[in-house]
Amino acid sequence: MKHVIIGAGPAGVVAAETLRRIDPSSRIVILGDEPEPPYSRMAIPYLLADNVGESGTYLRHGDAHFETLDVEVRQARATGVDTAKKSVALGDGGAIDYDRLLIATGACPIKPPIEGIDSEGVENCWTLADARRVLAGAQPGSRVVLMGAGFIGCIVLEALAARGVELVVVEMADRMLPRMMDETGGAMIARWCASRGVTVRTATRVTGIARAGGKLTLATDSGDPIEADLVVCATGVSPNTGFLAGTGSAAGTSGAASAGIECGDGILVDHRLCTSAEDVYAAGDVAQGPDFSTGRQEVHAIQPTAVEHGRIAALNMAGAETPFRGSLSMNVLNTLGLVSSSFGLWMGAEGGERSTAVDETRSRYLRLEFEDDRIVGALALGLTQHVGVLRGLIQTRVRLGAWMEKLRTDPTLVMNAYLECTQGEAR
Amino acid sequence: MHKALLIDPHKCTSCMQCELACSFEHTGAFNPARSRIKIFEFEHGARSIPYTCTQCEEAWCLHACPVEAITVNLATGAKEVDANVCVGCKVCTIACPFGTINYSADTGKVVKCDLCGGNPQCAEACPTGAITYVDASWTGLARMQASAVAAHGQPGA
Repeated sequence: MKHVIIGAGPAGVVAAETLRRIDPSSRIVILGDEPEPPYSRMAIPYLLADNVGESGTYLRHGDAHFETLDVEVRQARATGVDTAKKSVALGDGGAIDYDRLLIATGACPIKPPIEGIDSEGVENCWTLADARRVLAGAQPGSRVVLMGAGFIGCIVLEALAARGVELVVVEMADRMLPRMMDETGGAMIARWCASRGVTVRTATRVTGIARAGGKLTLATDSGDPIEADLVVCATGVSPNTGFLAGTGSAAGTSGAASAGIECGDGILVDHRLCTSAEDVYAAGDVAQGPDFSTGRQEVHAIQPTAVEHGRIAALNMAGAETPFRGSLSMNVLNTLGLVSSSFGLWMGAEGGERSTAVDETRSRYLRLEFEDDRIVGALALGLTQHVGVLRGLIQTRVRLGAWMEKLRTDPTLVMNAYLECTQGEAR
Repeated sequence: MHKALLIDPHKCTSCMQCELACSFEHTGAFNPARSRIKIFEFEHGARSIPYTCTQCEEAWCLHACPVEAITVNLATGAKEVDANVCVGCKVCTIACPFGTINYSADTGKVVKCDLCGGNPQCAEACPTGAITYVDASWTGLARMQASAVAAHGQPGA
């Protein structure tokens, strides 16, 4: 059996390791299009903050990890998939055939379509190559504009601030973290940033970037233009499905659904992580798979989903039929020392109820969302202890029973509720 | 056969010796806020539950780590954080459904129970036998793990 994995991120690497464990005699090839050993994009902010060197971002340590597992990691860019011939076209003109294919090509950053966005000094912060350019440009005292205050933007924000730059953050939406935080939490984080010397301009759109004399000038739709030495663009990412377009032999396919591999926002996968094409699986940021909370197919571009996808896809590829119960949307973030997290249906379920606790002076906030007597979503600011039980409670659908009434008045008792509801039998 | 912490909340008097011993072992100071085992009190202290990592087979924290900072100590079975490798991203803290790996703002890293390398100080310090370090094949532990699996659903998925 020959397994080919396109993509050397967490989903691809976990899949390769899982395949090796349960299918010892198979051939396993990972295709990655970057020159470095498999690394974690998630660790890049810590490289920018000078907490680790480049090798600190590597997914696996030990010089011979992949050789020991007899996993071939090949630097090659996939340019198409022929699902009839079971072959992946490569950028060098060659091809590699497969018995089972895993597409784990991740996501790529999207830049807003504004004039001057491709100017020198306007960088993404996605790859190690990007990180080197940002490191070179973000010197102490440099004027840096960060476009986008979403999840990735806020992680980069922390790292840039640690570099001692003069930072201005520009966000189109009316608050920071519009997809991870509600108004209360977003406003709290914005105030926290402002009080630490970071200028945050929400509800502001950059309309153009001009470069002159080594300096960048950003025009905006509200207020004065902003001068910068460096612009870091963190305005979102999009699943890497482009390479599937225009290739393949399947009849009756068109557009994004070419190669017989159906796409929505990402590559559509079922509860086995299988795509619409036989023997082709997808995992991680590129996959649009079952969501635990909604039952719909969603793209969850987060690390826990990538590794769960990688593992389950590999089990199914090797013939160990394993259903995936769906991924839980969740995030955790440190914004200049203020830790926030979000889980599941934090915006609430239809017909459900909510319990909140706000402490503005200590920048603490907890919001629990219920459906019947179960927690289906949560937001937390300033909570670092036992935060994982929020996932545990949501994903095990624990009935809160009598604790429901107590949590209505005080959601901060959630850890006690968890212990009594789950450890009861052991006592 | 690995040994495991066996916790019997009925015997816990909330004396805090475990938290003091744990924090001293790991930080050199008696500071319950930095203990990796935590006593939760109910009904104003009438009942209490000591709570820490069970070194679960699923090892959600280990698998979620993006930089391989969490590894299994083959001698004890403990999932241990290498503070030199941990970047402090906290993904493990939301991935662990038991909430037993936590971020420490003091160090900028995550911390969890490491069984003190095979000589857990909480069990040493517990005066009532509420926390013991026993052979993992002990039947009561199997029962506890079964209830943990029942509560947490499909392992590893």
